[in-house]
Amino acid sequence: MAINFEQVNFSYGAGTTLAQPILHDINVTIPDGQVTAIIGQTGSGKSTFIQHLNGLLKPTTGRVVIDDFVLTSDLKEKNLTSLRARVGMVFQFPENQLFANTVLEDVMYAPINFGYAKADAEFAAKTALKQVNVSEELWDKSPFELSGGQMRRVAMAGTLASNPDIIVLDEPAAGLDPKGQKELLAIVRGLKEAGKLVVFISHQMDHVIAVADHVIVMHDGGVVAEGTPVEIFNKDLVWFKTVALDLPKAGQFAEQLRQKGHILRHRPLLLTELATMLNEEKRHE
Amino acid sequence: MNNIMIGRFVPGDSWIHRLDPRTKMIGTFIFIFVMLWSTLWATYAWSAAFVVLAIRLTKQPFRLYWDGLKPIFWLILFTVVLQLFFTPGTPVLLHAGPLKVTIPGIINAIYVMIRFVLIILMSTILTLTTPPTSIANALESLLKPLKKIHVPVAELSLMLSIALRFVPLLMDETQKIMNAQKSRGMSFSTGGPIKRAKAIVPLLIPLFVGALQRALDLANAMEVRGFQDATQRTKYRVLSYGSNDRSAFIGLIGFTIIFIGIKFFIK
Repeated sequence: MAINFEQVNFSYGAGTTLAQPILHDINVTIPDGQVTAIIGQTGSGKSTFIQHLNGLLKPTTGRVVIDDFVLTSDLKEKNLTSLRARVGMVFQFPENQLFANTVLEDVMYAPINFGYAKADAEFAAKTALKQVNVSEELWDKSPFELSGGQMRRVAMAGTLASNPDIIVLDEPAAGLDPKGQKELLAIVRGLKEAGKLVVFISHQMDHVIAVADHVIVMHDGGVVAEGTPVEIFNKDLVWFKTVALDLPKAGQFAEQLRQKGHILRHRPLLLTELATMLNEEKRHE
Repeated sequence: MNNIMIGRFVPGDSWIHRLDPRTKMIGTFIFIFVMLWSTLWATYAWSAAFVVLAIRLTKQPFRLYWDGLKPIFWLILFTVVLQLFFTPGTPVLLHAGPLKVTIPGIINAIYVMIRFVLIILMSTILTLTTPPTSIANALESLLKPLKKIHVPVAELSLMLSIALRFVPLLMDETQKIMNAQKSRGMSFSTGGPIKRAKAIVPLLIPLFVGALQRALDLANAMEVRGFQDATQRTKYRVLSYGSNDRSAFIGLIGFTIIFIGIKFFIK
């Protein structure tokens, strides 16, 4: 079920005078059953990259292998439906996709498109709505009456309802309040426990530390590093500057302490880890 | 969706880019007006040559103009087909009920197509080389005399510039929503016409909701910055004619004179 990018290049308007190369020479594997975070500064190609996962974009050259599905430039639009049933995509601000008369109808949209019978679609929609904690009294309301956070969760349910094996989220936490962010991370953990492959884009390194097993770093349309969060966030500071990324909060704090002359054995990634280190240091004094 | 060029401005520094927007606007109108008098192959050829020259002067790749024509392809086709089947005359080549294909019909259809294409190309030159705000300013300046009879010219031009500004935004928004619904299994390209028409609903509703929201946000943003209607406002960019504009008008007069010349002498 893993996803493989093999020599993938992508340009907008390929073959015309206005061709704009976006991704170049991407060779990367997204492991199965794990949560993979994609990080990189704005304009590094993250969104273009993930749109290759369900065939919204097709590689200009090279191929993307998703389980046994091979995505290449010459694939026809009508052959992509089976891929889209297996790969659920939650875009940035997904609440903008809501359209139906009721919450339940909106969440049933994807399962019905992918060939579920109406009763099955309704059951799947209800399961998905429970999964993202949308309470039952909202199901018959218009999606436009809900609060921003509720709309976001309904939109997520709209993707989860067709029970895809792979779930891709583009900055799912953007614009949520701290409570909403926490809930979102819990949903991501839940998906992993259910055996899904999760890919998400994030600008919040603490979220990456909190849920990701694997990290892919993008810069200028290429993959510049990949590894576990511990491997990635222990790279030296100069590297972080070149790829224009931040350290997680604990790491930033630790580096500032180091500049003030504190000696720390390693760079902590969690605030609790940093606290333990500082406490130990104090005990030794 | 990225290739829809209607109303999209491409920055540049060509001679045409630097013209006063009023010149370009009047020029476009004069050209269209003159071209509508075209009844001969020679006058169409002359008009086409003029458009090609203007396109070359914008220093933009022809591809951009071609993209501008694509979205109205069906409209052109529809008009051409109407001309082809409903023009009376002889000789008749084909006869099927009320439908007739005649030689004048074919000629008319080709004329109409050329006319359509040239008008679109000329207007694309205007929008491609002129920022929407300049177009609105030019319109306001040209319509100024109407203020005397209490036409709210400034408000109209503001509405126009906002509408033009929103075109590319709505295009991008459409693309995003389309991607989201495609990911949820929407398909535009399969099924009969009714199924296809239904597939547009999940696209249109979010688009309308988004557009209304944007309009409200914009209204608030304008009000907090002190916007009031029906007041006298000064302009950040003051329009002024220059020597380029003079040459442009001379060029247009030249075009018109030769056009009339062809019309009267070649006959």
